[in-house]
Amino acid sequence: MAERAAVVGIGQTRYKTRRNDVSIAGLLREAVDRALEDADVSFADIDAVIIGKAPDMFEGVIMPESYLVDALGAMGKPMLRVHTAGSVGGSTAIVAASHVQSGTFKRVLTVTFEKQSESNAMWALSTPQPFSVHLNAGAGGYFAPIIREYIRRSGAPDDVGIKVAVKDRRHGARNPLAHLQLPDITEQEVRDSMMLWDPLRFLEACPSSDGACAMVIAAEDSITGSKPPAWIRGVAMRSEPTMYAGREEVNPQAGRDCAADVYAQAGITNPRKDLDCAEIYVPFSWYEPMWLENLGFAAEGEGWKLTVEGATSLDAGGDIPWNCSGGVLSSNPIGASGMIRFAEAARQVRGDAGAHQVEGARLAMGHAYGGGAQFFAMWIVGADKG
Amino acid sequence: MREIAVVAYSQSPCVADAGATNEVELIMPQLQAVYSQLGLASAQDVDFVCSGSCDYLQGAAFAFVAGVDALGAVPPIKESHVEMDAAWALYEAILKIRMGHADSALIYGFGKSSPGELPIVLSQRLDPYYLAPLWLDTVSLAALQARLLLDQGLVSESDMAAVVARSRRNAMGNPLAQLAGEFSIEDLLAEEHFVAPLRRADCCPVSDGAAAMVIATVEQARAWGAPYARITGIDQRIENHNPCLRDLTDSVSTRQAAAAAGVHRGPVDVAEIYAPFSHQEILLTRALGLDDSTLVNPGGGVLAGNLMMASGLSRVGEVFRRIVDGKAGRGVAHATSGPCLQHNLVAVLEGA
Amino acid sequence: MSEPLADVTGIKAPVYLKYRFTAGSAPARFLCRLKEGVLTGQRCPRCSNVYIPPRGSCPACGVPTEDEVVLSDKGTIQSFTIVSIPIPGNPIQPPYVVANIVPDGANISFIHLLSECVNEEVHIGQRVQALWKPAEEWGHAMDNIRYFRPLDEPDVPVARIGKLPVTGLEG
Repeated sequence: MAERAAVVGIGQTRYKTRRNDVSIAGLLREAVDRALEDADVSFADIDAVIIGKAPDMFEGVIMPESYLVDALGAMGKPMLRVHTAGSVGGSTAIVAASHVQSGTFKRVLTVTFEKQSESNAMWALSTPQPFSVHLNAGAGGYFAPIIREYIRRSGAPDDVGIKVAVKDRRHGARNPLAHLQLPDITEQEVRDSMMLWDPLRFLEACPSSDGACAMVIAAEDSITGSKPPAWIRGVAMRSEPTMYAGREEVNPQAGRDCAADVYAQAGITNPRKDLDCAEIYVPFSWYEPMWLENLGFAAEGEGWKLTVEGATSLDAGGDIPWNCSGGVLSSNPIGASGMIRFAEAARQVRGDAGAHQVEGARLAMGHAYGGGAQFFAMWIVGADKG
Repeated sequence: MREIAVVAYSQSPCVADAGATNEVELIMPQLQAVYSQLGLASAQDVDFVCSGSCDYLQGAAFAFVAGVDALGAVPPIKESHVEMDAAWALYEAILKIRMGHADSALIYGFGKSSPGELPIVLSQRLDPYYLAPLWLDTVSLAALQARLLLDQGLVSESDMAAVVARSRRNAMGNPLAQLAGEFSIEDLLAEEHFVAPLRRADCCPVSDGAAAMVIATVEQARAWGAPYARITGIDQRIENHNPCLRDLTDSVSTRQAAAAAGVHRGPVDVAEIYAPFSHQEILLTRALGLDDSTLVNPGGGVLAGNLMMASGLSRVGEVFRRIVDGKAGRGVAHATSGPCLQHNLVAVLEGA
Repeated sequence: MSEPLADVTGIKAPVYLKYRFTAGSAPARFLCRLKEGVLTGQRCPRCSNVYIPPRGSCPACGVPTEDEVVLSDKGTIQSFTIVSIPIPGNPIQPPYVVANIVPDGANISFIHLLSECVNEEVHIGQRVQALWKPAEEWGHAMDNIRYFRPLDEPDVPVARIGKLPVTGLEG
């Protein structure tokens, strides 16, 4: 019943700690202009605009779609603003795709962003909540205990996280847009960096970046542009409560269910074999082995082995490269990070990933998560219509 | 395209201050109400959930996440959220059903505006470089718009007072309304100006509360055996942000959305218009192209109670109620968002 | 001829918004009991799990919770991490331990500080007890408990964490 839809244009900004050279609107325009050019369309060809970003407190602008209309050529058009915490970049792409897949529109523009240097994202994330103990634990403080539990259950050696941190930054060095450009990063450097929330060290955590990512998504009969489209072969979202008695936090059910749904839509039975590469939301190094298991690329307790073997490394010629763009560990404008994953997966199957291209990639996965690892959004894109 | 209908709706009373009630405590009674209208046990019994809320009303980032705790999301559910009035969550849910990824959806909106000073909070919704530093509150902006209408002879203060009087009178029959009573136009005009040319009564109150709705394909609605109202058209459009770039005496996006939603493909028995200020009800009635044959805001409208982030959804709910109660055959629901009616949604509902 | 003006590359526009937070009925009752030096939870009528802090609903079942359960201030470490970043306004010095502690009688953990311990010896399953501030300093907040400290009791096996009755004994 869903109409076929494809990504026909992608645009991203260079990711940096502070984009002092542009206003918020300017930041978005950079990504949007690139996406429109990539799709060989103008604003007049866009039927609707879908924006997504994380909490408004990160910039201090409430409901910014109001202010951004003019910059996005959205006057007189339908507009929607999605907010699903950290997974928002991914869920925005999915909501945007639904505008086309529902048969309602032919071609839409979607953009996600964060200009978190304008406010103070760390404050917004850990500002004392009334009636709670103020522990300033932050996101890392929330995830570190879960990671410790993964290590305990799996018996993984203590350098797995370090290996992921190095791999993703080396990948990022192939991507001129990535925030962190650390081509010579070594495991020793990561090991020597300051321990923040044991076992996570400074260099095992994502940066805080300004940036935007935009895509043009079109219906089968409205394809434009000179590059091949990235056909959307599956979309799925799942949510579960942050905390409940007996919640499995290391291997969240919502992640597993979401993956099963999206794989079924795309006809994937063995993700490691059927997919050519994946862009997976890994903001803290250890989440790579954990998600390898959660997403069925490895059996429970074995995810770390794939990392250690180099299976997920483009540089090592691994069979299932993860985060060739550098991933969240290299660039993290929070509201955009999910869409960057989805867009980078699309770039791969269009053969348009430049120096971080996986040769011959035809089927790729984009993944995003947010909140207390409770909101998941995933998609599968392919060179073939399916 | 699949036919989609509203099958259940519930709204909390509009109160100035919900007091010691957190998000979950606001939302749950409304969820329980729509479940029981359909004989459902929980959110597990619908295919998709979408909500609308705004963190800044509560003053905490991620406030909406707390709302997920009201759903019973174990096992995990398909769920999404817009940082907008829940009328736009309804829009997202409709797209989900149209593409075949759901046959039913639960939509809810909630807001607890009482902790902050809403008009001041919303001044930070404006362009951060040029307008927000001026701290232009929503009442002042609406007053600017009213001044334009008055100066151009498109509306009179007496017309505005008439809107208020009708709202208060209609609200007397609405147990969920916050402000109701018999007021004469003379009484209202005798009140002092608040932010001239607006008087206090020309401005909607700030209300805490929540609303919930279930929509489904017509097939699913029949399977549930619930009375339903079909959504035969829905569209939403946004205009330029800066009020200086728009004709504030008209609502172009409402006209566009109304045309696209097919408002005039049939008679309009009732219209629920989200007009937070009295002059806006007149402006929007005209933009929707309605005449005296349409009953406007028979429950008092948003002037009688304004559930921020749910008022738009509740317009759709009110029209649904009138249709399934047999008081209307076809109705229009309107929702607005943004300074001076920048963003508008229009939905058309008809009986089964 | 006037000097060319330098480009404006940014403005500082501070935002000050005041909010009067309310706790919600269930959290408010919890905080009032906390002011009396008592930890409480709520039991879900459907799944029987006891939640702390109580929020008026069971997030798994989506039903209202009303049954109040008094809990012990002894608990078990369910997970933890060692933090190196100081907490503004808190005298505790990094590196310090932040732990998810399940109080006896509850089925879920809450996050709090650990102290008077050797960080490297902290482990999952370890028994701990609250150290309260002096009663005259108690307010409506979880920081009436200054921190938790190790208790000389046998470890709880991982599979039993969150399944202990209030007495903390075999359950």
